[in-house]
Amino acid sequence: MKKRKERIDRGIKARSEDIFALSSYREMLYLLVPRAIPVVGLLGVAPFLSPYWQEVFISTSIYALLAISWDLLISAGLVSLGQSLFYGIGSYIAGALNHYCGWSPLFTIPVAALGGGLLCTVLLLPVLRLRGIYFAMVMLVLPLMLSRLVEATRILGGTEGLPGLTPFPNQLIALYVVQLAVLAALFGFRRIMASDYGLVVKGINDNDRSVMSAGINIYLYKTQILFIGASVGSFAGALGTHIDMFAGMPGFALDYAIMPIAAAVVGGMRTFVGPMLGAFLLVPLSEILRALGALRIVFYGLFLVVFIVALPEGIFPYVQRKYHQLERWVELE
Amino acid sequence: MNQPPPLLKVSGLTKSFGGVMAVSNVSFELKEGELLGIIGPNGSGKTTLVNLVTGFVKPNSGRIEFKGKKITGLAPYKIVSLGIARTFQMVRPFYQLPAFKNMIIPLYSPRVKKLAGGKYGDRDAVALDLLEEVGFERDAHVAYKVAGSLPQGYLKRLELAKAMALRPDLIIFDELFSGLSLAEVASIVPIIEKLRFQEITIIMIEHRLKELFRIADRVLVLNYGEKIADGPGKEVMESESVKKAYLGSETD
Repeated sequence: MKKRKERIDRGIKARSEDIFALSSYREMLYLLVPRAIPVVGLLGVAPFLSPYWQEVFISTSIYALLAISWDLLISAGLVSLGQSLFYGIGSYIAGALNHYCGWSPLFTIPVAALGGGLLCTVLLLPVLRLRGIYFAMVMLVLPLMLSRLVEATRILGGTEGLPGLTPFPNQLIALYVVQLAVLAALFGFRRIMASDYGLVVKGINDNDRSVMSAGINIYLYKTQILFIGASVGSFAGALGTHIDMFAGMPGFALDYAIMPIAAAVVGGMRTFVGPMLGAFLLVPLSEILRALGALRIVFYGLFLVVFIVALPEGIFPYVQRKYHQLERWVELE
Repeated sequence: MNQPPPLLKVSGLTKSFGGVMAVSNVSFELKEGELLGIIGPNGSGKTTLVNLVTGFVKPNSGRIEFKGKKITGLAPYKIVSLGIARTFQMVRPFYQLPAFKNMIIPLYSPRVKKLAGGKYGDRDAVALDLLEEVGFERDAHVAYKVAGSLPQGYLKRLELAKAMALRPDLIIFDELFSGLSLAEVASIVPIIEKLRFQEITIIMIEHRLKELFRIADRVLVLNYGEKIADGPGKEVMESESVKKAYLGSETD
């Protein structure tokens, strides 16, 4: 007897791409609960964590921001192998403004986010025409070049970096700021991509010739998306640099380039929730595995491989499908 | 001698890829409201010619004028904003999206906004109207189905509607009829005739000669990138050089 899986949409009665007809509390909860989980899960749990885990979750949230920014760029077909470029530039701008000019973090962080976004966009403007792997290569090389430039010319403190930056008043505030930023980026980007503007952006990734022939300047759109993504990445760098009280060459480290990609792949690309989930799985996991000493990387790598083989679509798309659809086995004749 | 100026004027257009002459010294004019067919054997440079006129490919030499204005070398999106729309030979819609959502991208273009007086209006409603015009029956809710589930005939009509959404003065169809059944072609022909009634100028690249000759005012024949004939369909097919290009020269 052959069987096949049948999938049936669950839940609310009328549903289309983005219009929901709500008629009961049950249906409202059906939609509300999934959206409340990240908000409550992040903000509600934070005060109850031990200082050590607060620290872990600060760095997790910073990686989550970088991963969400990576996901925005990939939606427009921009493969970023250099989220560390955004992080490093954001951290150096905030660090320099604080170190040399004595600005408070209240000003350095927004200025670093916008300035970093602008600077990275200008740096990448000449290669915006490149697609896929070519753009990725340039993005990989830029942070490496910049960190060597700092080392060779000894500007911005050279290899010593800029120490003694103003920290956040306390760790909980730092955690709340990062988490609010993650939530804002998460819901904001999901909103953008669900709009008609987002449809055009996805179109550029899918079939750029068709978008060009619709009379749309695709480079304008790519530039806008790059600016938003780079700003969020620089914002993460500026936050991180004040939390570490230090800006330096480690800001351009490869970790900041690789982790966001791993998080996005594990969590499910182009969903924004996925990369965030991925970061919240991978970063704490790497902390827990510290107990294993030298074998840490082996287990970490093993986990990644098993995950990608078992759930190639990513965690979030899988969970989303299970939530929205009933599955049952039906017999075939 | 009181002729209106041509809508499109192509002179001495040449493009080579490496050593291959894709389009070689092609000149032609197009009057407003005319329907020009472009035919020729495979690899004769028809699609390259379209890509040149729409700005997707830059010519080595030659000049293209649209409404008396030089458009050679302009970016594709600028050419569209002047009023030239095109369709692609290979249709590649967003397969996961409903058909009417596929219309959003052209409706989002600056040209549409400008023509509508700086406002976009309700894009979904405009999309549904346009799709109905090209034969997406509103009662059957075809426009709400995902593009991936639609047959080729509907996808081609979707492509057509996307070009019409730009409210162009000149539409270039790159093999609109290819891969369609006779019945499907017959259902598209009235839409094209309606466009002509609205005095939209049309260029059709076609392999389906019979259907083309029925609607085209004039036919231009390309072979190895060169223009070998230009005139009414029947006349053109009688000419020796065209026969040779299509059937090969006689050996004895």
